[in-house]
Amino acid sequence: MTTTATTPSPVVNRIGLSRAEYTGSSSTLCNGCGHYAIANVIIDAVYSLGLDPTRIAKISGIGCSSKSPAYFLGRSHSINSLHGRMPSIATGATTVNKDLIAIGVSGDGDTGSIGLGQFKHLIRRNVDMVYLIENNGVYGLTKGQLSATADLGQKQRHGGLNEIPPLDLCLEAIIAGCGFVARSFAGDPKQLQMLIKAAFSHRGTAVLNIISPCVSFNNGEGSTKSYVWGREHELPLHEINFIPLEHDQIQVDYEPGTIQDLAMHDGSIIRLKKTDQEYDPTDRMAAISLLEEERSGQLFTTGLLYINEERKTAVEREKLVDQPLVHLPSQLLRPPRLALDAVMADYL
Amino acid sequence: MQCIVRTFVKGTGMIINDFSITIATVNGAGSQTANNTLLRAIHKMGVPVSGKNIFPSNIQGLPTWFTIRVSKDGYLGRREQAEVVVAINKASILEDIQTLASGGICLYPDDLQLPISREDVTFYPMPVNELVKQSGAEARLKPYVANMVYVGTLACLLAIDLQEIESALAYHFKGKQKALELNFATAKAAYDWAQVHLVKTDPFQVERMNRTEGTFLIDGNSSAALGAVFGGVQFVAWYPITPSTSIVDHLSEFLPKLRQDAEGNASYAIIQAEDELAVIGMVVGAGWAGARAMTATSGPGLSLMTEFAGYAYFAEIPAVIWDVQRMGPSTGLPTRTAQDDILAAYTLGHGDGRHVCLIPGSVAECFEFGFTALDLAERLQTLVIVLSDLDLGLNLWPTKPFDYPEKPLDRGKVLSADDLTRLQGEWQRYADVDGDGVCYRTLPGTNHPAAAYFTRGTGHNQSAGYSERPEDWSANLARLAKKHDHARTLVPAPIVDLKDGAEIGLIAYGTSDSALQEARDLLQAGGRATSYLRLRALPLESQLAEFIKKHKRLYVVENNLDGQMRALIQLHVPSDADRIVSIAKCDGLPLTARWICEAIKAHEAKEQP
Repeated sequence: MTTTATTPSPVVNRIGLSRAEYTGSSSTLCNGCGHYAIANVIIDAVYSLGLDPTRIAKISGIGCSSKSPAYFLGRSHSINSLHGRMPSIATGATTVNKDLIAIGVSGDGDTGSIGLGQFKHLIRRNVDMVYLIENNGVYGLTKGQLSATADLGQKQRHGGLNEIPPLDLCLEAIIAGCGFVARSFAGDPKQLQMLIKAAFSHRGTAVLNIISPCVSFNNGEGSTKSYVWGREHELPLHEINFIPLEHDQIQVDYEPGTIQDLAMHDGSIIRLKKTDQEYDPTDRMAAISLLEEERSGQLFTTGLLYINEERKTAVEREKLVDQPLVHLPSQLLRPPRLALDAVMADYL
Repeated sequence: MQCIVRTFVKGTGMIINDFSITIATVNGAGSQTANNTLLRAIHKMGVPVSGKNIFPSNIQGLPTWFTIRVSKDGYLGRREQAEVVVAINKASILEDIQTLASGGICLYPDDLQLPISREDVTFYPMPVNELVKQSGAEARLKPYVANMVYVGTLACLLAIDLQEIESALAYHFKGKQKALELNFATAKAAYDWAQVHLVKTDPFQVERMNRTEGTFLIDGNSSAALGAVFGGVQFVAWYPITPSTSIVDHLSEFLPKLRQDAEGNASYAIIQAEDELAVIGMVVGAGWAGARAMTATSGPGLSLMTEFAGYAYFAEIPAVIWDVQRMGPSTGLPTRTAQDDILAAYTLGHGDGRHVCLIPGSVAECFEFGFTALDLAERLQTLVIVLSDLDLGLNLWPTKPFDYPEKPLDRGKVLSADDLTRLQGEWQRYADVDGDGVCYRTLPGTNHPAAAYFTRGTGHNQSAGYSERPEDWSANLARLAKKHDHARTLVPAPIVDLKDGAEIGLIAYGTSDSALQEARDLLQAGGRATSYLRLRALPLESQLAEFIKKHKRLYVVENNLDGQMRALIQLHVPSDADRIVSIAKCDGLPLTARWICEAIKAHEAKEQP
């Protein structure tokens, strides 16, 4: 494989910003926390895409994951809202300002337990945003209680083993109608970065369920949310590459039949290099079958599980004026005096 | 001693434009057109009139009552008894006849067996089935046409102008000629039948006056929706709940007409959410992003919005909730009115914090507060709750045409990218630059490297950084309290009517106003002069304290059991707390003048035996 790339000098990106201009405040997460690794991957992804940080809105709920937007993209507005309610905030904010690039950061408790309803309704509406679930199977900030994604047999804090099967948030997303569902691992920054980049290009809700080990409460032997498990069991569906429209095309020579190019609505391309597995991420039933099989086998498949950009987004359905609603001047918001007179005349 | 509203003695002269009509029907029988036709016809005859629909939480089958009050004096409040009853509902006819005022009249379908008779009541049968048959209406329209029989019969008996009935029907059917013809023909047939077959022996009559010219009838929820449209509302999220739903129905009707461009693209969005938790999240999200955002709900919905209400207060995000109050606690009586969310709304949320609440007392104020609420929410960067109620929201009230808003939209303190450049990027989200407790904000998407800040419900310092320092926490809460004090100077001031020499000061708010104004006249007629202060907002302000000082005895009249506003007033003026008496009642119905008058007289008798 030979690669000839003409990418610009790494000091600044295509909009002239350095990587430092995409960082946040220093982390207060535990040393080695998966969430912090993800924060760094987000910085890399957004920097290398050359997105304008002032156009990005970071939206989160409550929990360790939801605190993490403080640690990346310091030039982006951020709202750390209520537990399980990030989706509704995102729906309101993106509807009134469709120019915003929204990234939601949530956890397994925030999304799978208290916020499951809002998660599924956000997807049902197809709110245009990147939705990251930093999944560690436990509540970290309250010291290790189990969430809805905890493993069967996971040790409970005050004795006993978990007997309730976990929810697979990727499966939940696909069933709710999500058009971009991926799973990744905080310990695989290369794949994660490509998936995050692709998610920003997706038209509609893009859900990334990222296994993000909790070093304090759920990183032990046997935990499917641990670094060790992840490294030993990760089964990438494909090698993923994201080719943004703005960049010069990367010329790669591949063996015939080993490549699947997915053209995104914005002109960018997701290029999947096949592994041993035969898998087509545009096949919804295949994705569901794969995830069902995984549930019984405790497998850890990563990569782009499902993609479909056909569904209208929440904002597209609203038939809004071109300008974002928040930028409309007063004269377009308050109808003129004559309009009120006419309404009054109808009643008289 | 009783408050004498009026007495009737059969056969002693006519009673003109001063009585109530109750139409007792079965819910879902399509009587709304008929009732509103009568209401509009009387209104168009220049006679002050109001209508109240007392209906069940049911789609079909349970009893429902529509009361039309005809009042030459312009009183709009509820009365306990009606003089005219149209008894169509077999299930309630016994009670309907029993509760009829002495000297009253009862109209009933001639195939309905009267369960009792009353010597002091005149009974008029109506040949409903026969006239419906003659109408030739197809089966599905028959129940509607049947209602026209009482319209025509009442028009004849009470001398309601038949032409006004026709005009009112034409107004209702808006160009649907066939429906108009079918309905009016039946009303006319009933009118003609009554002229030939009924001998009028009762005193009730409608006579033309000139007291309604230039006014029209509208409900509070339509008025609120219209006010929000003219307030530039950009985002509405909602979840269906009685009795607030029609605010959104009317927004969905007015907004497409008034706020779309030539291509039919909207300058607003309306989203029906999955529950009220999501509703308020969406509204707060839209407010945070810089839109004028609102919702409409009622008690149970308000309860679900509690956590976000505290968040909006503390993170300082504009949002508007219309709470059209119904009876609680819990599911309560969803179709009955109350003023019972005062304390809940004012203090909604855990921890310290109080919300700006606006309390409209008329449909005109529903319109006005429709835009005022959006202005105040952005000016104060906080949640504003408008406390309407079912009686105001769903019933028809006469009003003059609404005044176009005089002041431009107030978008509050927002820093643009240019402002930030001018400030060389130096700004702090929670710094009280102007000394009024209201800080400057930036909106997401502002194209300046220093624009962003971190919005959070956790403890924060002036620059919006996370902070657990006691000094930061107390300074922030103190500033929020200062902002609340600033709000006192911005909210709609009370309406005060001082009576020379009055020792009694009456305080009321919202829809209780209509009954209270009438009660004042009754008290005056009994030799008791009263002053009156009508509250229109929370937080309470200085005029109230002055009013309290000026009067010896104070009564707070409200439609809840606990005396919720009285409790807030007592906290506002602790040194006068023991002089402030609660006149509070909650039975699902709007207060009446007679009840208010008697309750006050009972207290007065204790004070001055």
